[in-house]
Amino acid sequence: MSGVATAGGTAAAGRAAPVPAGRRSHPAGRPGRRHRLPMGRVTAFAAATVWLVVVLAPLYYMVLASLRSQGSYLTANPWLPAGGLSFANYGTVFTAGLGRYLLNSVIVTAGCLVVTLLFSLAAAFRVVRNSTRGAAGSFRLLLIGLAIPIQAIIVPLYLLIYRAHLYDTLAALILAMSAAAVPVSVLIMTSFLRDIPQELIGAVLVDGGSEWTVFRRLIWPLARPVLATLAIYDGLNVWNNFILPLVLTQSSSVSVLPLGLTKFQGQYAINVPAVMAAVLLSVLPLVVLFVLMRRQVMRSLGAIAVR
Amino acid sequence: MTAAGHIRPARRQGAGPAARKRNAPAQRGLALADLIGLAPAVVLFGIFILLPLLGAVVLSFFRWNGLGSPHWAGGANWAQFVHDPIAGQSLAVTAKVVALSWVVQTPISLALGLFTAGRARYRSVYATLYVLPLLLSTAGIALMWEALLDPNFGGVTALSRSLHLGFLRQNWLGDAHLTLFVIVAIISWQFIPFHTLLYQMGRRQIPAVLYEAATLDGATGRQLFWRVTLPQLRYTIATSSTLMVVGALTYFDIIYIMTNGGPGYTTRVLSLDMYQAAFLQNEFGYASVLAVVLGVVGVGIALALVRFTGFGSMRSQQEGAT
Repeated sequence: MSGVATAGGTAAAGRAAPVPAGRRSHPAGRPGRRHRLPMGRVTAFAAATVWLVVVLAPLYYMVLASLRSQGSYLTANPWLPAGGLSFANYGTVFTAGLGRYLLNSVIVTAGCLVVTLLFSLAAAFRVVRNSTRGAAGSFRLLLIGLAIPIQAIIVPLYLLIYRAHLYDTLAALILAMSAAAVPVSVLIMTSFLRDIPQELIGAVLVDGGSEWTVFRRLIWPLARPVLATLAIYDGLNVWNNFILPLVLTQSSSVSVLPLGLTKFQGQYAINVPAVMAAVLLSVLPLVVLFVLMRRQVMRSLGAIAVR
Repeated sequence: MTAAGHIRPARRQGAGPAARKRNAPAQRGLALADLIGLAPAVVLFGIFILLPLLGAVVLSFFRWNGLGSPHWAGGANWAQFVHDPIAGQSLAVTAKVVALSWVVQTPISLALGLFTAGRARYRSVYATLYVLPLLLSTAGIALMWEALLDPNFGGVTALSRSLHLGFLRQNWLGDAHLTLFVIVAIISWQFIPFHTLLYQMGRRQIPAVLYEAATLDGATGRQLFWRVTLPQLRYTIATSSTLMVVGALTYFDIIYIMTNGGPGYTTRVLSLDMYQAAFLQNEFGYASVLAVVLGVVGVGIALALVRFTGFGSMRSQQEGAT
C-alpha cells in the first residue's frame, strides 16, 4: 500500500529513482542487520545530532539577538533569553530602508524568473525537437556557459552595462542575472522535455498542428513541474546573488537585499541586534516558501544533480 | 569542448532524417520556429556572457583605467601577473581554500547524505533542518558569523566565558594563523547542506538489488560501503566535487564582506585580487588577466574532474543494474 503511494510521489521528479520498489521489500536496503543495531546506528545518530547543533546554534543566536535591545545584547549573555524581548528592531530596520531593498529584490527576482523561464523553455523545446542544425549548435553554445565562472566576466560585463547606460539600474541586474541563469536552466529543461515521447509530438503534428500548437498544447502544460523546480532553483540564486549587484549598482534606491544588508552593517555597525533583524527579514520570504512547499524546495535545490 | 558537453552528450533522436525528407515550406517553418524559440536565449547569453568573456581576453592585452581609450600593451599585463608577488600569494591562498574546502566538505557531506537517505522519520526531520543554511544569502551568513565571532561581544566569546573554555577566545577574523581556517569553516557551513542533498539523492538512486545481492554473498556493512555505495556514487562524487572545487575557486562574497583579504594578505583570494585591481585601482587590463586565469583554471579543473571520474562508464554501469 504505502509503496504504491510513494511511487506516485517520486514519479513527479521526472527521473524517478528506483527507491520505492526497494522500500517495499527492505526498509533501508540492508536486510538482516537488525540484530546488531546499536553501535553503528548510535554513532551515526550522535554525529548527525552534533551537525544539527552546528547548523541550528548560529541561527538560534541570530534570532535571539534580533529580539534584544542593543544594551541587553552587550551586557547580558547573548545565548540566553533575557527579559524584554521585542520585535522593535524589525520595525526599525524596515523603515530605515530595508523595505526598499525588499521591493527591489522582489522586482529583480520576478523579472529574472519571467525572462529566464520563458527563454529557456522556448530554447529547450527547439533543442528537443532537433529539427534544424542550428538547434544543436545553439545548445552546444549555451552549454559553454555552465563552465564560465561569473567572476571571469565581471569586469567586461561592468564596462558593457556602463556603456549601455544601464549602470545602477534594476534592468541591468535582471538582464545579467537572467543571462547567467539561462545555460543551466536550458540544460535542466532540455533533459526534462526529452522524456516527452516523440509519438505525442508526432500525433499533434499529424492532426495538422503547427510547432506553435505543439508548444501550447503539449510542452507548456507538461513542463509545469520543471518550471516550478527551476523557479525555485533560479529564484533562490537570484535572490541571494551578491557580486552582480555589488558591481552593477551603487545607489541605495536600487540596492537588492544582499547588498543592502552590507550597507546596513555600515550604518549600524555596533547595533548588532538591528543587523540580525535585517538579515532575518531578508530571509523571511524564503522561509515562508520553504515552510509551504518543503518537498518541492528540497527537490529543486538538488535539481542540478538530476540533470 | 566544455565540461557540460561531457556531462550529458546529446542524445540521438529518431526525428532527424524524417525532418529532412519533408518539403521545403515545412523546412522553412521549422527554421522560423527554431529562430523564434532559440534567438532570445542565445542573444541574451551571447551579449551578457559570451561577449564579456571575449572582452576579458581582449582587455588582458590592453592597459586601461576605464577613462579615455585603452592602450595596446602586448603581453605587459601578463608579464606583470607572472612577477606580481601579490598575485602569486593570491593563487596560493586560492589553492588552499579549494583544497581545504574539498577535504572538509566531502566526507561530512557524504556521511550526512547517507544518513539522511535513510527512510526513518527522524532522518527526514534532520534532513529538513539541515537545509536551512541554504536559504540564507551569503551576505546574511557573513553578517551572522561576524556577530558570532566578534572578539569582545560575540557569541563565541560569550560561550567561552560561561563554559570556561579559554580556547574559544580568539581573534577569529584578525589572527593571521587562524582566519583562513575560519573562512573555510564558514564556507563549509554554508555549502555542506547542498552537497548533503546531492549525496542523499545519489544514495537513493542506488538500486536496492545491489545491496541485497551483496548481502546474500555475505558482505559486511563496511564492505557494502566500499564495494557498493562508493562506486555507485562515483557520478555524484564527480558532480559534487566539480561544483565544490569550481565554487571555492571563485569564492568571493564571504571573504569580501568579512575580511576583505586580511589580515595582511592571508585570505586574499584571486577573485578578490581581481575585484580590487578592477574596481579599486581601475586597472581593467590587469584585472582581465586575473579573470582569464580564473576562467581557464575553472574550466580546466572542471574538465579534468569530469574526465578523471569518467561519467560515461558510470552511466552504463547503472543502467545495466536496473
